[in-house]
Amino acid sequence: MAQYIVKRIALAIITLFVVSTFTFFLMFLVPGGPFLSEKAPSPATLKALEEKYGLNLPVTQQYKNYMLRLLKGDLGTSLKQRGREVNNIIATRFPVSAKIGAVAILIAVTVGVTLGSIAALNRGKLLDSIIIFFSTCGIAVPGFVVCTVLMYILGLKLNLLPTFGLTSGRHYIMPVIALAFYPMSYISRLMRSCMLDVLNQDYMRTAKAKGLSQWKALFKHALRNAILPVVTYLGPLLAYTLTGSFIVEKIFTIPGLGDSFISSITGRDYPLIMGTTIFLAFLIITMNVIVDIIYKLVDPRIKLS
Amino acid sequence: MKNMPLKIDINSDKSLPLTFHLNPEDFLPAEEEEKQELVVMRESVSFWSDGLRRFRKNKLAMASLFVVIFMLIFAFIIPMFYPYNYYQQIRGSEALAPFEYSEKELAAKEAGEKIFPHVLGTDTLGRDIMARVMMGSRISILVGIVASSIILIIGSVYGAISGYFGGWVDTIMMRVVDMIYTVPDILIIILLSVTLKYPLQNLATKAGFAWINRVGVGLISIFIVFSMLYWVGMARIVRGQVLALKELEYVSAAKALGASHKRIIRKHLLTNCIGTLIVTTTLQIPASIFTESFLSFLGLGVSAPMPSLGSLAATAIDGIYSYPYRLFAPAVTISIIILAFNLLGDGLRDAFDPKLKN
Amino acid sequence: MSEYLVDIRNLRLSFFTPAGEVKALNDVSIQMKQGEVLGIVGESGSGKSVTAYSLMGLVPEPGRIISGTIDFNGHRVTEMTEKQLREMRGNEISIIFQDPMTSLNPVYTIGNQIEEVILLHTTKDRKAARERALELLNLVGINEPHKRLRQYPHELSGGMRQRVMIAIALACEPKLLIADEPTTALDVTIQAQILELMNDLRKKIGMSIIMITHDLGVVASMCEKIAVMYAGKIVEYGTAEEIFYNPQHEYTKGLLMSIPKLNATEHEKLIPIEGTPVDMLMPPQGCPFAPRCNSCMKICLREMPPYTDINADHYSACWLLQKEAYESLKGGVAQ
Repeated sequence: MAQYIVKRIALAIITLFVVSTFTFFLMFLVPGGPFLSEKAPSPATLKALEEKYGLNLPVTQQYKNYMLRLLKGDLGTSLKQRGREVNNIIATRFPVSAKIGAVAILIAVTVGVTLGSIAALNRGKLLDSIIIFFSTCGIAVPGFVVCTVLMYILGLKLNLLPTFGLTSGRHYIMPVIALAFYPMSYISRLMRSCMLDVLNQDYMRTAKAKGLSQWKALFKHALRNAILPVVTYLGPLLAYTLTGSFIVEKIFTIPGLGDSFISSITGRDYPLIMGTTIFLAFLIITMNVIVDIIYKLVDPRIKLS
Repeated sequence: MKNMPLKIDINSDKSLPLTFHLNPEDFLPAEEEEKQELVVMRESVSFWSDGLRRFRKNKLAMASLFVVIFMLIFAFIIPMFYPYNYYQQIRGSEALAPFEYSEKELAAKEAGEKIFPHVLGTDTLGRDIMARVMMGSRISILVGIVASSIILIIGSVYGAISGYFGGWVDTIMMRVVDMIYTVPDILIIILLSVTLKYPLQNLATKAGFAWINRVGVGLISIFIVFSMLYWVGMARIVRGQVLALKELEYVSAAKALGASHKRIIRKHLLTNCIGTLIVTTTLQIPASIFTESFLSFLGLGVSAPMPSLGSLAATAIDGIYSYPYRLFAPAVTISIIILAFNLLGDGLRDAFDPKLKN
Repeated sequence: MSEYLVDIRNLRLSFFTPAGEVKALNDVSIQMKQGEVLGIVGESGSGKSVTAYSLMGLVPEPGRIISGTIDFNGHRVTEMTEKQLREMRGNEISIIFQDPMTSLNPVYTIGNQIEEVILLHTTKDRKAARERALELLNLVGINEPHKRLRQYPHELSGGMRQRVMIAIALACEPKLLIADEPTTALDVTIQAQILELMNDLRKKIGMSIIMITHDLGVVASMCEKIAVMYAGKIVEYGTAEEIFYNPQHEYTKGLLMSIPKLNATEHEKLIPIEGTPVDMLMPPQGCPFAPRCNSCMKICLREMPPYTDINADHYSACWLLQKEAYESLKGGVAQ
């Protein structure tokens, strides 16, 4: 187990290293380095800027400096928001996204697991078909469609909910639904098929032969086994929620990290793009490691190997 | 006895009901042919016809197949006969509602000319929205198919090599896969789309690379990204299959007969996971379309004036209050395309993936 | 109150699959006294497991009992409520399955899974249940029982797991133990150990056992009565002695000839039964074994043979027996 954790963390560190190296060299593809903007700076200013940020040094030296700064957790300075550090921007923006994301993940997992189990237990019946229908549609509808439909119906037509900003609890409803919609559908499908698989296992027959009631067999013997694959989905779920927030925050004008990331792309604020990418990559990769380790912990079969 | 066996009472002269219909011929040995007639063997069916039969029985899968065919016609064939194209800006016909005619067109109609209606109206630049939605669908489907083919080729070859050779080759190759698996793909895609733009634009000015501009820098970076990141899932699946297949006798036989590695992989291993390959590729198509629409919505996909369903939706969102149909047309289209491909893939999996056969 | 512990009469059971109705059990009757050991022998798909499962009220989907009755210990199983069935399962009738590798839940400890059934059917508290579990592990011959209780199924070998399954089955001292191919998935040496264990336990506890198997060797070593099943029908029933030394049905004879004998004086040839089992979706009109039978007669292809009594404890369904009877009858008439 300890060996596994060490291995897993080592792989994560290598991945992070590769991602940041990759990011660094990608930035070289942008002409003029990270200081290109619409109004081309005069050669003198450019030179001054390059000197200030060490861009006149040889590539290897620059790479070394960049990696050293990264190690210290310094993600550089924004181009568009003069003098503001990327760290600072992330620190103010990320908590907003994290709040919405956390609620969405919670809803997606609980509702998804419940719906999936209900569908599996009612296999072939009407309820099953209804759940399959909605979850199949749910994974086929892109996030921006969900957002805009919600906004149009609940916000504009029925005027029930506010369509932008994040100032009250009611502001959370639509973004959270929009964000939870896809993973919820995905989890219910996953849960349904895992549950069906588990229900056909021999140990479920044993449970019945012991004289356990349907519900007891279900809660004790089926659920714990069927939920394991859902745990493995938590990593991708987090990644989805974070990137999904780009669209949700753009459409509902929420001042989160996603919104700032998208404006940094349209505004070609390269240090901010790079910084946010590395931050999110770090977050996702770390979470993946944690989820993998949790998985090994809840599944006793893997404990010894 | 306990269960009252039907027994002939040999002491009774009157024949029992049971023996009544019996006569000595009944106890003659049966002919071999007679016996064989009784053995009703269900005809053995090949992998393909068995799968096809199951697929045809699956109503949902058949329906989705028809929807996919319809969407292909909608995206590739109808535009050829459609009187408007996606970039043509019709003067005076800006921002028309569905089936609305501009004054100029009304006048022409009065004069007896046949004017094809703008089924979904026109946008603020006077472009027919229906034509743009059809073109957008074409782009989306193309992206899905091309990206999936790239993924299919890279993933299956990589997975087959890794699984076939095993040992340290496998270990190293799978570590790479593990690593790419944990990389947040959307972030890398965004990063690449942003940064690849310049070198690709530079390349496009060189002779022989003009096609880059025609396809669009955004699209090409999408393809590059897909071929860099998205094949890992396919590689894992193929590797798993190959690991199981290579243990089978016929592979050992092929080896013993001196077949080359390349031949064994191509001829014996990959052809035998063809069901899995087809299913995975079909399911990859909607996933690729999904990602493309996401990027286009963020303004990173195709470049104007080329429309994609994602970019059409993105431009329509500002006018959502006045022109909701401009948003809903591409939104519904993309949802239908993804749904149909998903269901088709599910149906194919149920029909052809031997693992789920029972 | 019936004199039998198990009394199955004229049981018909079908599986209603999308491809059509599969007649899994065709007029099956079994009677068994308290303390008896019955072996049910047959190929896979012959209906032997389904018979046993229906006795516990555990007919797998999409199966349904068409007609017939099942009595256990004087109670009509076919009319029990789900709650009554639950109280019976694991308590009065328990079962061990073929594959011990998959019959235990991988995510719970051995102790948990044994105690579960004790807590369910007795008034024992956790501590007492744990003690009983230890006792059971000792009983089924598992070493270091304290340690095993805290282990997970994957940490145990196949033979060990089957012992655990037996411990679970015996936890509430059932009147009847059904063993559904308990040794098929195990190595030969382990098979012998498990059979020996079951024989020992039977002597100690005195329960009845239904032993389901396709292995005549297994029944020979354990069973007093044997029912031979083919295509959902009991084709021959008798004491072990009668079945082994005086088999009447051609299928039984075939089975006996296809097993190797250790004490064979010369190089006897093993004779396999040719052909494949019938397609239960389209069963033939006559005797289901007819297409594979070497002595097949015209009538066999046309009509299902009736049961013929050989003696008080032995009957079989074969037209050959009827032929003998018929000939002696005709002969008698002719004289």
